[in-house]
Formats: sequence, C-alpha cells, structure tokens
Amino acid sequence: MHESSPLTRRGMLAAGFGSVLLPGSLSAQAPAQKPSELKIGITTFLSGPASVFGVPGRNAAEMLAEEVNREGGIGGVPVRLFFVDEGPGIDHLVGEFRRLVQNERVDVMFASISSGSCLACTPLAEELRKVTVLWDCGSQRIFEENSYKYAFRSQANSTGEVMAALLYLLKHKPDFRSIAVVNQDYAWGRDSWEIWKTGMDVLKPGVRVAAELFPRFGATDFSAEVTRLLALRPDIILNTSWGGDLDTFIRQAAERRLFERSTFVMPLAESSLERVGRLLPPGHIVGSRGDHWHQHPRPANPQALQRFVENYRSRFNAYPIYPTYHMAQAFSALRAAYAKAIAGNGGNWPSDLQLAGAFPGLEFDSPTARLRIREDGQGMEPQLIGTTVQDDRFPFPVMDRMVIFPPEMVMPPVGQKSLAWIRTLNADVVSRVPDPVRPAG
Amino acid sequence: MTLRRTEILLALLLAAALILAALSTPWLRFVLTIALAKGVAVLGILLLLRAGQVSFGHALYVALGAYAVAFLAPSMPEASLLLPAAAALAGAVGLLVGLFVSRYREIFFGMLNLALSMVFYSVLEKLYHITKGTDGIRVPAITVLGQPLEGATYGWAVFGIALALAFLFGLFVRAYLASPMGQALAAIKTRETRLDFMGVSPRQILLSAYVLSAVMAGCAGALIAMATRHVTPLLAYWTASGELVFIAVLGGAGGVLGPFLGAITFELVRVYAAATVADAWQMILGTVLLLVILFARGGIWGLVASWLGRRRAA
Repeated sequence: MHESSPLTRRGMLAAGFGSVLLPGSLSAQAPAQKPSELKIGITTFLSGPASVFGVPGRNAAEMLAEEVNREGGIGGVPVRLFFVDEGPGIDHLVGEFRRLVQNERVDVMFASISSGSCLACTPLAEELRKVTVLWDCGSQRIFEENSYKYAFRSQANSTGEVMAALLYLLKHKPDFRSIAVVNQDYAWGRDSWEIWKTGMDVLKPGVRVAAELFPRFGATDFSAEVTRLLALRPDIILNTSWGGDLDTFIRQAAERRLFERSTFVMPLAESSLERVGRLLPPGHIVGSRGDHWHQHPRPANPQALQRFVENYRSRFNAYPIYPTYHMAQAFSALRAAYAKAIAGNGGNWPSDLQLAGAFPGLEFDSPTARLRIREDGQGMEPQLIGTTVQDDRFPFPVMDRMVIFPPEMVMPPVGQKSLAWIRTLNADVVSRVPDPVRPAG
Repeated sequence: MTLRRTEILLALLLAAALILAALSTPWLRFVLTIALAKGVAVLGILLLLRAGQVSFGHALYVALGAYAVAFLAPSMPEASLLLPAAAALAGAVGLLVGLFVSRYREIFFGMLNLALSMVFYSVLEKLYHITKGTDGIRVPAITVLGQPLEGATYGWAVFGIALALAFLFGLFVRAYLASPMGQALAAIKTRETRLDFMGVSPRQILLSAYVLSAVMAGCAGALIAMATRHVTPLLAYWTASGELVFIAVLGGAGGVLGPFLGAITFELVRVYAAATVADAWQMILGTVLLLVILFARGGIWGLVASWLGRRRAA
C-alpha cells in the first residue's frame, strides 16, 4: 500500500494536470462558424522603457474595442482583447503568441511595437496560419526580404518615415553643408541613419557628416554628445530617437542652447511634444511616423479625428500620440477586412484564409486619411512632417508648415528593396514635394 | 526506497506529465521545451551553487550557444551537428573565462561573470552589421537527423531533444556530484583550505565545474534557438542571467530535479501570470520567489524531499 500509493496518486495528478490544461474545444478545423466573440491578441510593451509607447497603444485599443462593441461589434460579433507584454523578450513573446493562437484561439493577432518582435512574429504567424496585422513596428525588412500570406501592415514603414523627413529638409532648408546624427544604438537608430545617408548621398551629394553618435539605448546623460555637437557646429542634427531618450536629449540640448546653433530633424518627436513642452524651440523639423496628429491640418474626417482626440484625452488625460493612431488604423483595417471577407463569402463568416485574402488591396479609413494595403502586405500611408512653432493655445510646441507626403513618393514600389530604390532617385523628387497644407481653421 | 531511487522514479513521472501536457495543449509543448532548456542551463548553475558560487553571468553561454546556432544554421542546418558545435564553443569560451574567474570567489566571482556577459551583450548589440543588433537573427529551418521537419513535427523533435538532453545531463550531474570532484565542490563552500591540505586544487575543481556549466548553458542556448527560431542579444542580458539564478533558488539546489522543477514552475507561473494580468506578471513571479525564500529555503525540491522523508519515516 505504502509502496504503490505515491505512484497512483502521482499518476492521477499527472492526468489531472493534463486535463486541466486541455482546452474546451479542439475543433478549429471545422468550417468557419460565426463565433460568439471575436478575439484579438495584441502584443505591445507593457513594461520597460518602451512602455511609453506600448501603454498608450493598449489604452487606445481598449477605448476602440469599447466603441466597436457599442456599435454592435465587427460583423455583428463583439470583440475581446488579449494583451501580451513584449518587454520580457522574444522567447516569452513567441511563447505567448503561440498560447494566444493555439490555446485562447484568437481570431486575429495585432503584432508588436519593436521591429525585432515583428521579425520573430511574422514567420510564426505564417506557420500557425493566423492573420496578423503588424500594427506599429517599422522595419522595412519584413516585406522586402520575405513574402507572407497571413501578415499585413496597417501603416507605413521606416523608409517612408525617414525619406519624408529628408525630402522636407531638402525642400525647406536646402542650403545645409554639414550634418551630425545622434541616434539610439539599436536596430532602428542604425537603420534609419542608413536610409537617411543613402538618400542624402543621392539627392544632395557632398554633405559633410560631422559626427555619427550612437548613444546607448535608454541613456540618461547626453552631455558628451551635446558638448561635441556644440563644438562641431553642424548645420543639421538628425535624431530619430523616441520616448525617454528623446525627452532627455531635448532637455539637455535646450539647457545648453544647442537648438540655437543647429537645426534639428526629429522624425519621431511628435510623441514627445507634449512632454517636453516649451523647451523645444520653434524652427525645428518634426515628424509623426505617418499621417496623423491631433492638430492635423486636413483630416479626411474632422469629426472622427476630433472625437478620437477628445475621447482619448478625457479618458487618459493626454493628447493621443502616434501609437494610438496606429492602433486605430489596425482596428479600422480589421473592420474593413471582415466586411470585405464576409461580403466575398456570401454573407457568411470567413475562414482564416478568406480573411487573409481580404487584406491585399484593402482600403480603409483612418480619422485623417484613406489608406490602402498593397499586394505585398505593406500599408500605404502618407507622411506628415512639419516645423515647430509656438502656439498660445497649447503649452507645448505644435507643427507648422506641414507637408503631407503621398506614400508613393517616399516608399519603393512592390518588389524593390528600399536602399536599392533610393539609389535610383534623382533630384527631381525634391521638386515634386507638395506644398505645405494651410490649416483650415 | 531510498531518496536517490525515488528521484529517478520522480524524474520519469515528471517526464510523463510533461509529455502528457504537451500532447494535450500544443502551445505548452513550446513553453515546456524552453523550460527544459532553461533547466539544463540551471543544472550548470547548480554545480557552481554547490561550491557556494553564484554566477550572475551564465546567460553569456546561453547566448553563445544560441548565436552559434543562428550563425551556423544557414551553412549546416542539422540539429545533431549544431548542438555539439554550440556546446563546444560554449565550453571553449567557458574554459578561457573560467581560467580567469575561477581565481575569484563569491561577490567577485558573481560580478565578473556579470560583467563579461554584459560585454558580450554589448558586442551583440553594437556589431550591428554582423549580428543585426537588437532585431536579432532569424534561425532558418533545421533538419533533425537529416529529416526536414515542419510545424508540429519539428516542435516535437525539439521537445524530444530537450527531454533527452535533460535526462542525459541530469544523470551526468548526479554522478558527478557523487564523485570526488563533486564532493570537493561542497568543500569549496565550507572551507577551501582543507582541499589544499588534501592536495586537491580548488581552482581546478571549480574550473571543471565551470566549464561543465558553460557546456550545459551552451546546449540550453542551442535548444532555445532551435525552439524560438529567433535569437536576440536579450538572451545575454543580465536579467536573463538573473532568471537562471532565480530558477535555481526556486527549484532548490538539493537535487538534480530541482532545476527542472524550478524551470517548469517558473515558465508556467510566468505564462499563466502573463495570461491573467499582462502588465503585472513580474509582481506575481516576485511574490512566488519571496514565498519560496521565506517559507521553503530548500526550494521546490526541498519541499518534495522533506515530504518524501516524512513519508518514509512514518
């Protein structure tokens, strides 16, 4: 009795263990039936320094899900969100991705802020045959180096974001002779500089690169960089940083009056404007990673934008920043894709494959523009770039002389790699840059 | 039945439970593969813990193994070649580093390991054009014994390799700890001079344990790379090293099952905590560790062993 009892009890425990973990239904292969709820898995940064973007993204997702559900859901099905933290790293993330797909049986995944996360999740999405919308990550490598049937991006990519800022500079301040770069030392910081440098060498050869500084990601002290830049006096300083790094850099550069000596180009600074406030002086070039901003000069749907901004402000006490708009774009793309797939399936609920089939060529609305997803899965989104100016209505600088770049102007066509495409450009692309948009009000 | 025998029985039962869990829920197969891999790495930490030394830098070898797989896989996509290659590389680097760090003890030992792993982390991050920086490298499809496998079959193959390696290293460490080499480790913890008096070199004892632990961590890294199919510098970050020590404390350093119990608990608590509260799961993990430190100093294995001891006594 004593000899055998641990065995059987353990056996029972093991069996119990197994059955607890066994999901209720294993019938995913059955023809698609309209589910009682539409489950969306969202990966975003909830911990670590990148949570300054990830948490607003989640906030926006929760707000949008409530709105969608108030309006009766997507195709009549209410949505339910599952969040995954990207903070702990790739192995945790891919494990969670599998859990959401295989165990929670989510219908759709919205993947990732970090490019590294997206590069890991997209092949996984393909392997699990689950429709995945890349909602925020920028790496252009994803659709240029591979082709996917189940992954799509509902916004632009790094190439467009950097090229728009470069063209803006070449159009509005063409007579610069030297440049310095201060980027975070990680993939995006390096990639964005490579794109910029390639473009600059083609469109304005002969610019002297005074310094290439790559401070550590998450650095808190930029005094060495600021000193060096004060001594070098480059005409232009490019900084593609974001989050706490950018805030700190702006504060430390402002204290030592670096902004008076050089013109800054900061393609991601829209997300820092409210936090740094008046420290950021007028006359510097700022972008917003796409065609969205709370003071957008020419929104396609002004009421929708205003409603989005006001709802977000009243709930979270801050102006929405770009990850929130990207989340809105992902929701809008998903709604449009379901509508298209349901219509294409004779009014019946679509399978994963039918849903994936709806994305190429899909058009959907953001509060500010009508966007399209290309055949290769890449979203075509215009880029908004402006120059800072003080406005008495806001306790922080806002953008003026805003230019909206059409996506075709700043992104390579399907099947071309970014750097190769940039090398084929010539100076007339600068003359085709649209004029600044006059705000309606 | 002696505790040592029961241990083997328990190990077999645990393996059966793991296979059952992996059969019933496909995503758990992946989580458990990672847990087994980490268990193998923690087994190495356990050797060092026996000598009273805590390494806060063993993620260095995990990352070395993982990156070895990532770099070699395009030209040599075969698991049975990649694993020994990763283990050999980690062992070689472990020998080099070990020659140096085995001269130090306690906090100096821990901190030097930490420093070296962070140097490697920075190298992975800074040499952007070689390592693709924080984006990491995608590991191409890998064959197992010449068989190109896909999807679930591949997952099962990696799970099987992990389980086999766990048994192999578990049995090896058991034998090692019972051998004079292993017994001498405990002497380093209590009083090193005694070893000297016996004519045994504590440095060599610690060095051999260190190299073994590096080899195991390298294998773990290779397994992680084969399972996740994507490696990033984060594998070498100090939090990854801390995680290994965390698992060692959680599982208990008393027996070779400890690391595996710890790793499985750690991964399961983490995924379930992350599933219920996506933004506060760290707190749940922390609470679990605090409870273990306060109420179960021998870790999970300590609890199991004392329970078995009581049953035998009764």
